[in-house]
Amino acid sequence: MTDKKKKAGTQLLRRDVLRLVGGVALSAPFVGRAWASTTEINMLAWYGHGEPDMVGAFEEANNVKFVPKYYAGGDNMLALIAQSPPGTYDIILSDGEFVQQLNAAGYIEELNADDYPFDDMLHEDFTKFPGHWDGDTLYSMILRGGHLGVSYNTTAISAEEATSYDAFWKPEVKGKVGHFDWHLPSLGMMSLKNGNGASLWDIDDAQWQAVQDTTMSLREQVGGFFDYGGTFNGLKNGEMLAMCGIGDWITGVLERDGAPVASAIPKEGGIQFTESYCIGKGSEKADIVNKFIQYMLSPEGQVKSAQMLAYPGFCVTKAGRAMLQEVDPAEAQRSHQLDGMANEPIALINEGRIHYRDIPQQQSLEDWNDFWSEYKNA
Amino acid sequence: MKRRFDIYAMTWRLPIIFWQFLFFVGPLLFMVAISFFVVKNYRMTEAFEFVNWQKMFSKGYFWDSYWYTIFIAALSSTVAMILAFPASFALAFRASDNLRRWAIFLLIIPFFTSYLVRTFSWYVILAESGVLNAMLGYIGLGPFKMLNTHFGTVVGYLTLTLPLVVILQTVTMANVDKTLIEAARNLGCKPLATIWRVILPLSKTGFIVAALFCFILSFGDFVAPFYLGGSQEPTLPILILDTTKSGQQWPRAAVVAIMMMVTLFTIAFAAIALAYRKGGAK
Repeated sequence: MTDKKKKAGTQLLRRDVLRLVGGVALSAPFVGRAWASTTEINMLAWYGHGEPDMVGAFEEANNVKFVPKYYAGGDNMLALIAQSPPGTYDIILSDGEFVQQLNAAGYIEELNADDYPFDDMLHEDFTKFPGHWDGDTLYSMILRGGHLGVSYNTTAISAEEATSYDAFWKPEVKGKVGHFDWHLPSLGMMSLKNGNGASLWDIDDAQWQAVQDTTMSLREQVGGFFDYGGTFNGLKNGEMLAMCGIGDWITGVLERDGAPVASAIPKEGGIQFTESYCIGKGSEKADIVNKFIQYMLSPEGQVKSAQMLAYPGFCVTKAGRAMLQEVDPAEAQRSHQLDGMANEPIALINEGRIHYRDIPQQQSLEDWNDFWSEYKNA
Repeated sequence: MKRRFDIYAMTWRLPIIFWQFLFFVGPLLFMVAISFFVVKNYRMTEAFEFVNWQKMFSKGYFWDSYWYTIFIAALSSTVAMILAFPASFALAFRASDNLRRWAIFLLIIPFFTSYLVRTFSWYVILAESGVLNAMLGYIGLGPFKMLNTHFGTVVGYLTLTLPLVVILQTVTMANVDKTLIEAARNLGCKPLATIWRVILPLSKTGFIVAALFCFILSFGDFVAPFYLGGSQEPTLPILILDTTKSGQQWPRAAVVAIMMMVTLFTIAFAAIALAYRKGGAK
């Protein structure tokens, strides 16, 4: 290469660089304007609800950006709201049983029932879910549900054994029973094992003592108390062969990855968690949040919820379930969302084998939590 | 002679005093104050009530966690001091200056990475289907349950503290006057007796400081007992989490935190007093 050509090349490069810098400088105000027009929506939710698989398509279509703050447990959620100024959270994903407390404390806005597909619900209970209405005023819209029962490693516990909570006491799984570290689901299951059935949350002192005794009798079987990640790891690497306090919302994810785990609703009954969307009090983005809730109740949104990467949940609308069966029959089958299947979520409700998760009625949450701390230390 | 007020010196001293008041004494006083607050509807309310102190002190699980945390932190410190000693001894007395510098540099490297990540990496090693059990399996041993046990907790603590203990022990022993060791050997003192009667007494201060650091770090660590110990039994940091997570009892968590600080202050003062106590001739 001659010196002249080299020089020409250098000049060209310099020109290119100048052009590039100039272009960036000139377009910067437009880029800034584009960014500025993106609306941020502050979301308070369980882990996974603000991830791209759930909100990505809506963000793209509506030029919004979800900023999630994740919590674990309803009382954790209440505290985060209580300690924040009004308007901090635009959208709140709440466990069904905590909605009434959100409403009582004035943390959520009214919703317009006409905006949502109440005539398409899979079960009548979902249209008038406890605590979601105050008289004729709607405060929260049910989004999805899931079941809690016996979660187990299929190489250690048979499907037949998993039809009873007694599976947790099986000698072969001693030291390998884990707890999701939240008192409510685990103690609820112990209440079911004691035969409290539909009144599992509404127990008197004697029944509460019996629940504590039953729980304590499980202690020597227990190999650990885990958060969300630890529960996954424990089941995945085989450290834990049974897990109390969870259900398909965790084993479903592992099952998709081929792990030998499953969840069953035992004969004593299971617990249903329900997740609902609310609009935070004082939110200035109520319109777009309302649009998002409508989107999540649409067939497309319901399918996204059923396929959610963090943890699956079953559809609550007929159209959502129909679309799931059409676009992802494998997931519909795996999660028993086909009519006539064993453990089909709606059939379980109709048969009375599933009870909605609630908070203790005759004791305080503090009583249950105190006992949980004692149990962990035993 | 009366000391003059030195503006120049105070200019340099004031920022650190100001800093300590702002970020240590201030929050500490606030923590003491909120231990008397009450929680109503998940919200802390200003009050001056002893209910949180009464509640925590009357609970058996608080004392169980308290004594267990002291025990496991002390155990971890003892194990760290024993495990670190041979390596520190070799680095202090056998290694060249160059090798010692490299070794200390390598011991610092773990602190560049996240402690949480280092802790999670133990999952792969300690799991029943993990590396360690696979190796033991080749010689017909195991599998042993190591995760979600006291052993797992101690391994996690050591991940945090062992490099620091090795560094502190090495630096301490490297500064021992070698002529005193040679004198002991020349006068017929056997190797183990030289360690016991010459090196350890001369390294006392550094060793106590190393053990104290190890204890403090272990006592306040949440990650190891939670992720490798499976929360069995819960330590005080886990109890703080439990207390705040359910019911949002920050005032009760403050009681636990104050008890932790009082315990650490007491142990630290006792250890420092012991470290600098002058031993009389016998």
